[in-house]
Amino acid sequence: MPNITFHDITLMLSTLSIYLELLESCPSVKNILLLDSEGKRVAVKYYSDDWPTLTAKQNFEKSVFSKTQKTNARAEAEIAMIENYIVSYKFVSDLHFFVTAGDDENELILATVLQGFFDAVGILLRNNVDKRSALENLDLILLCLDEIVDGGIILETEASVIAEKVASQGLDGGAPLSEQTISQAIATAREHLARSLLK
Amino acid sequence: MAQPLVKKDDDRDDEAEYSPFLGIEKGAVLQEARVFNDPQLDARRCSQVITKLLYLLNQGETFTKIEATEVFFAVTKLFQSKDMGLRRMVYLIIKELSPSADEVIIVTSSLMKDMNSKTDMYRANAIRVLCRITDGTLLGQIERYLKQAIVDKNPVVASAALVSGIHLLQTNPEIVKRWSNEVQEAVQSRAALVQFHALALLHQIRQNDRLAVSKLVTSLTRGTVRSPLAQCLLIRYTSQVIRESSNNTAGGDRPFYDFLEGCLRHKAEMVIFEAARAITELTNVTVRELTPAITVLQLFLSSSKPVLRFAAVRTLNKVAMTHPLAVTNCNIDMESLISDQNRSIATLAITTLLKTGNETSVDRLMKQITNFMSDIADEFKIVVVEAIRSLCLKFPLKYRTLMNFLSNILREEGGFEYKKAIIDSILILIRDIPDAKESGLSHLCEFIEDCEFTYLSTQILHFLGNEGPKTADPSKYIRYIYNRVILENATVRAGAVSTLAKFGALVDSLKPRIFVLLRRCLYDNDDEVRDRATLYLKCLGDEGEFGESDKDVKDFLFGTLDLPLSNLEASLQSYEPSEEPFDINSVPREVKSQPLAEKKAPGKKQSGLAAAPSAPTSVADAYEKMLSAIPEFSAFGRLFKSSAPVELTEAETEYSVNVVKHIFDGHVVFQYNCTNTVPEILLENVNVFVDASEAEDFTQVYSKPLRSLPYDSPGQTFVSFEKPEGVPAVGKFSNMLKFFIKEVDPTTGEAEEEGNEDEYQLEDFEVCAADYMVKVGVSNFRNAWESLGPDGERVDEYGLGVRESLAEAVSAVINILGMQPCEGTDVVPSNSRSHTCLLSGKFIGDVKVLVRLSFGIDGPKQVAMKLAVRSEDPAVSDTIHEIVANG
Repeated sequence: MPNITFHDITLMLSTLSIYLELLESCPSVKNILLLDSEGKRVAVKYYSDDWPTLTAKQNFEKSVFSKTQKTNARAEAEIAMIENYIVSYKFVSDLHFFVTAGDDENELILATVLQGFFDAVGILLRNNVDKRSALENLDLILLCLDEIVDGGIILETEASVIAEKVASQGLDGGAPLSEQTISQAIATAREHLARSLLK
Repeated sequence: MAQPLVKKDDDRDDEAEYSPFLGIEKGAVLQEARVFNDPQLDARRCSQVITKLLYLLNQGETFTKIEATEVFFAVTKLFQSKDMGLRRMVYLIIKELSPSADEVIIVTSSLMKDMNSKTDMYRANAIRVLCRITDGTLLGQIERYLKQAIVDKNPVVASAALVSGIHLLQTNPEIVKRWSNEVQEAVQSRAALVQFHALALLHQIRQNDRLAVSKLVTSLTRGTVRSPLAQCLLIRYTSQVIRESSNNTAGGDRPFYDFLEGCLRHKAEMVIFEAARAITELTNVTVRELTPAITVLQLFLSSSKPVLRFAAVRTLNKVAMTHPLAVTNCNIDMESLISDQNRSIATLAITTLLKTGNETSVDRLMKQITNFMSDIADEFKIVVVEAIRSLCLKFPLKYRTLMNFLSNILREEGGFEYKKAIIDSILILIRDIPDAKESGLSHLCEFIEDCEFTYLSTQILHFLGNEGPKTADPSKYIRYIYNRVILENATVRAGAVSTLAKFGALVDSLKPRIFVLLRRCLYDNDDEVRDRATLYLKCLGDEGEFGESDKDVKDFLFGTLDLPLSNLEASLQSYEPSEEPFDINSVPREVKSQPLAEKKAPGKKQSGLAAAPSAPTSVADAYEKMLSAIPEFSAFGRLFKSSAPVELTEAETEYSVNVVKHIFDGHVVFQYNCTNTVPEILLENVNVFVDASEAEDFTQVYSKPLRSLPYDSPGQTFVSFEKPEGVPAVGKFSNMLKFFIKEVDPTTGEAEEEGNEDEYQLEDFEVCAADYMVKVGVSNFRNAWESLGPDGERVDEYGLGVRESLAEAVSAVINILGMQPCEGTDVVPSNSRSHTCLLSGKFIGDVKVLVRLSFGIDGPKQVAMKLAVRSEDPAVSDTIHEIVANG
C-alpha cells in the first residue's frame, strides 16, 4: 500500500478540478481532420484522449465522413452533431476539412478555426486545393495544423497569419516574422511549391 | 473503408490515383533516415524524409521503441543545419516522437540555444517543443526565459510561452503560479491572441481564489478587450462569477448582467452568440433578462450561414424546455427552417416548435413535418417521434391528427429502433387517451399485417389481447390475429395463439369461433404453438370438457407473473429431476438488489452486499437452504425475507460481527456472522446473549452456539424467537457476545489447553416494519393499481420538514418502506419541484401492497408528501401509514 496521505488526495482532487474547469471554460478543439473523398486520411491531428486507440480514431473518422458525405458543404461551412460532438466541416474538390469540439462549445468559435485552417491551406497551396497537391505539400499541411492549435488550445485563427508563419520557413535564416508581409509569405509558399516539384 | 469512390472525369482518374507516398514502406523510410547522419547535410532531402516519417505516423503506423529511439537520435544531428525549413520539420517530429526523459536531455541544450536565438520563429517553436517534452525537472532552468518570453514584444513568442504555461499548469502549478506578474502584463497586450492566451492562463492561475477572479472580471469588463476570443473567455468567466455570487444577492439586479447584454451588440458574431448563450443559461433567468438574447438569436435564425442557424436553433431548443413562451416569438422563423438543407437544423427546429407550439398550430405543423420526414435519417426521425408523443400528451384533443401522423410514418420504410419508437408512442397514447384506443388499435393491426420485426409483432399481439376484447366490436380484430397464425414465424404464431385465447376468455359470443381457430393450431409444426393451443382449449372448456372456473382462467391468462424472472430461472436450474414436481411457490420473490440496470448496460458492476462474497444472485437461495438444514428451524415454514447484514461492531475491532434478520411467518431467526481478526487467539463455544426486554412480542426459543472460531475463518451462531403469527411485530434487541478464549502459539498454530471465559458488547439493532416488506416489482403499475381497487386504499398527507433536496426525501421514504420502486420513478429529475414515485411490495402474510407517493418541495426546501396506499388488506394499508408516521 503506497503511503497516500489525506493531503495528497486533496491535492489530487484540486488539480483535477482545475483541469475540469479548464476544459469547461477555455474554448478547445478535440481534433482536426483532413480526409479525402473516400474518407481516407490526408492529415489528422487529435488533441484529446477521447479516442485512445487507432481503431477508435478511425471509427470516429468513418462516422464523421459517412454522416457528412452527402451534404453540400462547399459554399458555406456546415455543422452537425455527431456522437455528441459538434463537428464543423467544409469541402473543396476531393478534400474534406473537419474540426471537432465538445458538445457545449461555441459553434462559431469552432467554425472560425475551421475557416482559418481552410483558408490557410488555400493560401499555401495557391488556391490549387486538392488531395494530390495536399499530399505533395504535406509538410506545409502538417506545419499549418501545428500553427492553428496547440494541445487543444487555439493558437491562431487568422488564415493569412497562419500561412505566413508556415511559409516563413522558406527563408533561410530570414527576416523576423513580424516584418514579413502577406504577399511575401505567399511568394515563399510559391517558391517552396516549385522546389518540391523539381525533385 | 468501403465508401464508394467519387467519380471524376475519366481522364483525371489515373492522375487522382497518383500520390507522392504511393508504395511507401516503413522499413525503407527508416533506412532513408540515415541521411540525417551524413557529414554534408542535404537539408531538402532531410525535410522530405521527415515528411515521410510524419506521413507514416499520421496514417496510424507505429514505431517500435528501438526504431523511435534511433530516429530520434538521428534527428538530433539535424540541429547542425542552419536551414529554417528543416528546423521546423525537426521541431515537428520531436513533438510527434514524444521522447523519454533520458532522450530529452540530448536535445535540451539545442532547444535552449534556439530559445535564445535572434530569430523569433526559432524562439517560439523551441519554447513549445521544450515545454511539451520536458518532465518538469528542467523547468527550473528555463523558467527565467519563459517569464521573459511571456512579455516578449513578438506576439508569436509571447503566445507560445503562454500556451505552454497553460499546459504546464496541470503538471507544475507551483512554478507557473510564480509567473502571474508577467501574465498580468500580457493581458494588457495589444496583440489579440496574446491577450486571449494571457487571460486564459491568468484565470487558471487564480482559479481557486474567487475574490481574485471576481476582481479580474470587474476590471476587464470595464476596460477594452481586443480579441473576440478573449471576449468570449471573459463572458464565460463573468457567468461563473454570477453563478457563484447568485446566492448572496437574492432579488435586485444581477451583477454584470449589463456587461452580458452589452456584448450582444459586439461586432463579432462569436461574441454575440457567446453572450446570448450565457444569458439563457443564467440560473433562474427572468423573461425580461431573456428577451434581448432571444432577439439576437432570432436574427441568427435567418442567417445565410448554416453554422449560425445551427447555433441559434440549438440554443433556442434548450430555452424552450424551460421557457417555452419566451421562444414563441421565433416560431415563424423556426417554421421556415423545417425545410433547411442541414438536417440537424431542421430537426432541432421541429422539436423546438413541438415544444412551444399551441393547440391551434398543431395541424399546420404536422403537415410541414410530414414532408420533411421522408428524407431524414432514422436517428432524427426518432427525436421527432418522441417530441410528437409528448405533444400529444399535452394536447389530448389533438390525438386524431397526431395518431394519423404516427400511423402514416409507421407505413413508411424504417429501421427497428425507429419503428419501435413509433409503436411505443402509439401504445402510450392508447393507454393515456381513452378516445384514441379504437383508432390506435386498428393502426396497430394494420401494421402487424406487414411487419418484419418479431419483437414488435409479439408486443402488439400481447397488447391487443389485453385491450381488444374490451372494445365495442372485438370480432374485427380476430382476422388480423389469425392471419399471424397462418403467415408468421413460430414466435409470432405462439403469441397470436395466446391473444386468440384471451379474446375467447373475455368475449363469450366469440368463444365457439375461437375454438375452431385454436383447434386448427393443434396441427402446427412448432411445439410451443401446439402446446399453447392445447392448453388454452383445455382451460376454456372446449367440447364441454371441464373448463377451469372463469376466474382461474382469467387469472391465468391476464395475471402477471409476479415472480422475478431471474429467480425463477435460478430455481429451475437448481431443480433436480425427481418424483416431486417443480413447485412455483418455492421460487423466492425478493427482487435482487441490482435488477434496475437498463438493458443497454448489462450490470457490469455488481454492487455486492457488504458481507456476501458469493454470487449475489443466490444469496436468498443460500439462506433458505442453510436455514432449512438446521433441524430446529426447519419447522418454521417458508422463509419470507432475509435482511441485508447489519454491522454490530466498529470496523477493525478484534471481533467483527454482523447480523442478518430472517423473517418467518411466526418466527424470526437472527444469524450472527462472526469473524475473529486476532491471529493469536481461538474462540470456542461462541454464543450471543440477546436481551429482548425492549421487544415485548418476541420470546426466545432457541440458541445455536458456534463450537469454535479460529482466526480469519468466519462462522455463524443463530438465535431464534417466536412472535405472533403474521404480525409485523417490532422491537429492539441488545446483544452480548459470549465465548471461551484460548491463546494460540504463533509458531505451531496450536491452541493452548487452558482458556478463560470472556464477553464482548455488541451494538443494538431493531426489527422494524420494513423487515416485513419484500421488494416485489410489478410490470404495469397502473393495471396493478386499478386491479387492487379503492376499497383497501388509505390516503394521507405528511410534512417532511426541511430536506436537502427532493431526491433525498424520495430515497429516504423508499428506504423506510423497503419497497421496490417501479417504472424508474425512484429517480428524481434535477431541479424538479414535484415528483411522483410508485412503489410495490409484498407484506408479511403475502399481502400485495402498492404505494403512490406524491412529493412537492417549496422555496425554503420544505417537503410535503401525499401517501396513497392500496393493498389487499385495509389493515396493511393502515400499517404502511403507521410506518411512515413513525419513521
